[in-house]
Amino acid sequence: MATITIFRRELGAYLRSPVGWIIAAVTLLLQGILFQVFAARNTLAGDMLSNFFMWSSIVVVIAGVILSIRLISDERQSGALMLLNTSPVRETQVIAGKFLAALAFLAIILLLSLYIPLLIKSEGKITRGQIAVGYLGLFLLGGTSLAIGLFASSLARQPLIAAVVGAAIAGLFAIFYQLSRLLDAPMKTVFAELDIWWLHFQGGFMRGIFDLKDLVYYLAMTYFFLLLSVKTLEAKRWQ
Amino acid sequence: MIQVKSLSKYYGGKRALGPVAFEIEEGETVGFLGLNGAGKTTVLRILATDLRPSAGAVSISGIDALTDPHEVRKRIGFLPETPPLYPEMTVTDYLRFAAELRQVGKSERTARVGASLEATDLVDVAHQPIGTLSHGYRQRVGVAQAIVHRPALVILDEPTRGLDPRQIVEMRKLIYQLKDKHTVLISSHILSEVSQTCDRLLVFGEGRILGAGTEAELSAHEGDVRSVSLTVRVPAGKAEPYRDGEADPKDKIVAVLQRIDGVTAVDAPLARGDGWALSIACTRDLRAEISRAVVQAGLDLLKLDYATSELEDTFLRLVQAPRAEAA
Repeated sequence: MATITIFRRELGAYLRSPVGWIIAAVTLLLQGILFQVFAARNTLAGDMLSNFFMWSSIVVVIAGVILSIRLISDERQSGALMLLNTSPVRETQVIAGKFLAALAFLAIILLLSLYIPLLIKSEGKITRGQIAVGYLGLFLLGGTSLAIGLFASSLARQPLIAAVVGAAIAGLFAIFYQLSRLLDAPMKTVFAELDIWWLHFQGGFMRGIFDLKDLVYYLAMTYFFLLLSVKTLEAKRWQ
Repeated sequence: MIQVKSLSKYYGGKRALGPVAFEIEEGETVGFLGLNGAGKTTVLRILATDLRPSAGAVSISGIDALTDPHEVRKRIGFLPETPPLYPEMTVTDYLRFAAELRQVGKSERTARVGASLEATDLVDVAHQPIGTLSHGYRQRVGVAQAIVHRPALVILDEPTRGLDPRQIVEMRKLIYQLKDKHTVLISSHILSEVSQTCDRLLVFGEGRILGAGTEAELSAHEGDVRSVSLTVRVPAGKAEPYRDGEADPKDKIVAVLQRIDGVTAVDAPLARGDGWALSIACTRDLRAEISRAVVQAGLDLLKLDYATSELEDTFLRLVQAPRAEAA
């Protein structure tokens, strides 16, 4: 019940405030520009679509972190978090409500970008399945990015610090694959598998390949960072 | 309603509060008085289950706040120093949100939001975004969210902070209304606020309770200086013309009063209409002795007021005592 209450308030805050729409507009603008500059050069529709998903994934990770950093640190700074802290609401409900609202808003942004793959489809040979799998990948990657941002937000009092921490964590997980190349097995495999972008997105969803392993990876990563957020909120709430 | 035992709060190795102990009965309005940093906000945040104490026990409505803060939160409404508001929400949406969080049933929600809007005189701005409201209105929205679920205990931390005199009067009226339905705790460093709205005061200083009781009880400490003000007149017909070289009638009046046992000082008389106004400092209630002495001296007693030391004096004496001891 409290999760739905918090979800509705947070989604309303994204939809009512200019900040939410500015993030949405910039995300869509960047997706469009990057598509025009890099992806549209490809002559094959399949390559064009993969390239679109690749550039979009970078934009989505950044947008995810930015969308989620304000969720707790901003409220902590303004004092609004006190309402939740002194209400009969569990930390799990707070985190779930806020995360789902941010995820819903990110889903709206992703839906608004759907015109690009539809344009590609109208001119070339790609399937709906390729588009759907690519978007599922963006959605899952965005969810993980939101969870990382939410965790950073639960740690820091200042939204700016939360943004830096969130970007640092997301950046670190995005270079694990590169780092793994410097290591020997078994750490090489561990680092490569932990990477949020190379193996699981670029090697799968981006190319229209759905692998259950990639789905489980993103869900596990999202759950892990949400759990960290809950524990951080618990530790800071009644301390 | 509230039982607090040996309550302490440490930040790192630094003691911010305690140990303090007090009890508050249901229906009481209690003022938490103290200078900035005295520990009153720390106590209120502990009672609001926002801060966990380092040691001690807190029971609210028979529920242990340390082991079951979630259950306590259902029974309290808290207005912190900075009201917990969302500027983009309208007042009604915000109160509805607060009511939902506090588990007010769907069927009751509209009525409760309406009642708290009326109680806090926010009906006119009910559909305005909170971000567009003045500071006074925002403070009222803060109070409205604290009472929307009709909690047994309402905690208001510095509710008049930053308000102009007109808004302070309105807030005071609002607090008066709350007294009928809730147990109310108010913190302030402004004496007039708590003395006018509260049944009882707890005076805090350097993390401890320095005094507790009603205004009169706090003022009636042993060794307090009491003050009697009076206006006397030399009766018409008995007044002798005053000439240079003779005793001034003012000096005669002062001499009469100074002879009374217990009078420690008599201020110089001031002409007030056709009489003289004086202020007398004494160690106990000497109204009877003063009136007798004045009449026996053949003077008319026009006015006699007895006052214990002002609350400000009591407050300053209480909060300065630990500092003096430390020095």
